[in-house]
Amino acid sequence: MNKGDILKEFYAGLAVVIRNFDLVKRYWKWEIVFFAYTIANTVTMGFVGKSMGGGNRTILYMIIGATMWSYLSVLFEVLAETVAWERWEGTIEYTFMSPMKRITHLLGTCGFAIVYGMLRTFLLFIIVAPLFGINLGSMNVSATLMVLAIASISFTGFGMMGAVLPLISPEKGVQVVHIFQAFILMISGVYYSVNVMPKWMETLSYFSPATYALEAMRKTVLNGEGIWSIMDKLAPMALMGMLFLPLGLFIFKWGERFSKRKGFLKRNG
Amino acid sequence: MNSAVKVYNVKKYFKKTGKLIEALKGVSFEIKRGEIYGLLGPNGSGKSTLIRLMSTLLYPDCGRIEIFSHDVFEDENIVKRMINRVSVEASFFMKLSAIENLRYACGIYGLPFGKSKEHISNMLEQVGIPKNRFNDPLENFSRGMQQKVAISRAFLTAPVLMLLDEPTTGLDPKAKREVQSMVKDIVREHDATVLLTTHDMEEAEKLCDRISIIHHGKIVAEGTPENLKERYSAQTLEDVFLEAIGVKFEEADEDE
Ligand SMILES: Nc1ncnc2c1ncn2[C@@H]1O[C@H](COP(=O)(O)OP(=O)(O)O)[C@@H](O)[C@H]1O
Ligand SMILES: [Mg+2]
Repeated sequence: MNKGDILKEFYAGLAVVIRNFDLVKRYWKWEIVFFAYTIANTVTMGFVGKSMGGGNRTILYMIIGATMWSYLSVLFEVLAETVAWERWEGTIEYTFMSPMKRITHLLGTCGFAIVYGMLRTFLLFIIVAPLFGINLGSMNVSATLMVLAIASISFTGFGMMGAVLPLISPEKGVQVVHIFQAFILMISGVYYSVNVMPKWMETLSYFSPATYALEAMRKTVLNGEGIWSIMDKLAPMALMGMLFLPLGLFIFKWGERFSKRKGFLKRNG
Repeated sequence: MNSAVKVYNVKKYFKKTGKLIEALKGVSFEIKRGEIYGLLGPNGSGKSTLIRLMSTLLYPDCGRIEIFSHDVFEDENIVKRMINRVSVEASFFMKLSAIENLRYACGIYGLPFGKSKEHISNMLEQVGIPKNRFNDPLENFSRGMQQKVAISRAFLTAPVLMLLDEPTTGLDPKAKREVQSMVKDIVREHDATVLLTTHDMEEAEKLCDRISIIHHGKIVAEGTPENLKERYSAQTLEDVFLEAIGVKFEEADEDE
């Protein structure tokens, strides 16, 4: 690829990001609905924490679970629904016909998901924190950001692998994506420590990047631990990211070829 | 090199609820550079399938397609830059405006918005979209207006081969005439080659240099409108169709 080609891909990726923000803007009523739901959920979890006693620490424990889960869900859903969404809008063939490389398309979608997810989480925290008089005094800011960054990479890889399902199965793909997401919620210790689960479920939890993200986040926010002391969480997460991102792309491209052979990209017309 | 498109013995099958559908049963034809080539056939005869094969959206089960000497499946990325398409459905983000949709459409072809901005408004004006509607969601546009925006989208990337898949189906007579004359004008201006599918005989006759009639996934006749009529000693293309197929055009639809 020469410089001109790279520039073209850059503009293409940017176009994907901008188009997604345009959609957020035009569907703002739905944004409010979903955001209200997220706030209610987070506040509920905050009160669950409060009712358990233990003060700021337990409340924060639960709120970290709720906010992190909402962030990771956004990443996963935006990626996993790339195909389903465009199929529903009816634009999928035009996106897939364009010369934009698939990696650009998917990384553009990741870029949007991360920026959008971060903005949403930040806003969520600003709204919820005063309600509980949360004290972030012991948070290690740089380590927390590091956890977020690495978790983002491995979750977008996860999302890409999820995105292939609607591609190869127009009827059932989206449903399976949501079942998978629910399963990740259950095993990743979002609201509890994974060691309260039966052994076999706990074993499964170590294959989910969310498990490491949550454990690491609790250490940096609650105990103020630094990057070095959470290395045992960051390393597996980074490894999964390095594995899932290329794997997600690879599987997606395979799924694309499969659906072009079978005529699954779009059915009617 | 005189050919814009060469299609060799292309076959495409689908499976639908366990049943095998033979959408294309060995189609071959050639389109010359600068030509407007019409593919005329009833619903379900395989027109859109052929267009999708040329747009890299489907892979054939057999045969080959070359676009300006590039194999569609081997040189997918080169071919993608040479083509664009208008389909029956407008296929836009309906909540987004014309500008937002076209900005995305240009962007994914690698054109920066700063550069395409003026180009987009000129194109929209050329197809007759009033300036004060540029920022309205497309869902508030009539079908005819949406189709005009679709035409601007297709021409914005300056394709050398334009695939028009029933661009006027479902439009009212006035919008239909406007879209037809627009196609004619813009094609001349851009010096593009066109493949137009339609089941409107009048449209085929009005716009196309050459026509082939497709039925049950097979091409049954090919020629200029005049020489088709001559060959079948027919007055109209309807009669040509009746002679070539043995069924009246209106009764030949294959989708239940
Ligand atoms: N993606 C697909 N999956 C299954 N069947 C399809 C698909 N696309 C087209 N078909 C079938 O192939 C035949 C030809 O369809 P099509 O090419 O859309 O015809 P036309 O555009 O001429 O109306 C029809 O029987 C149609 O139902
Ligand atoms: Mg069709």
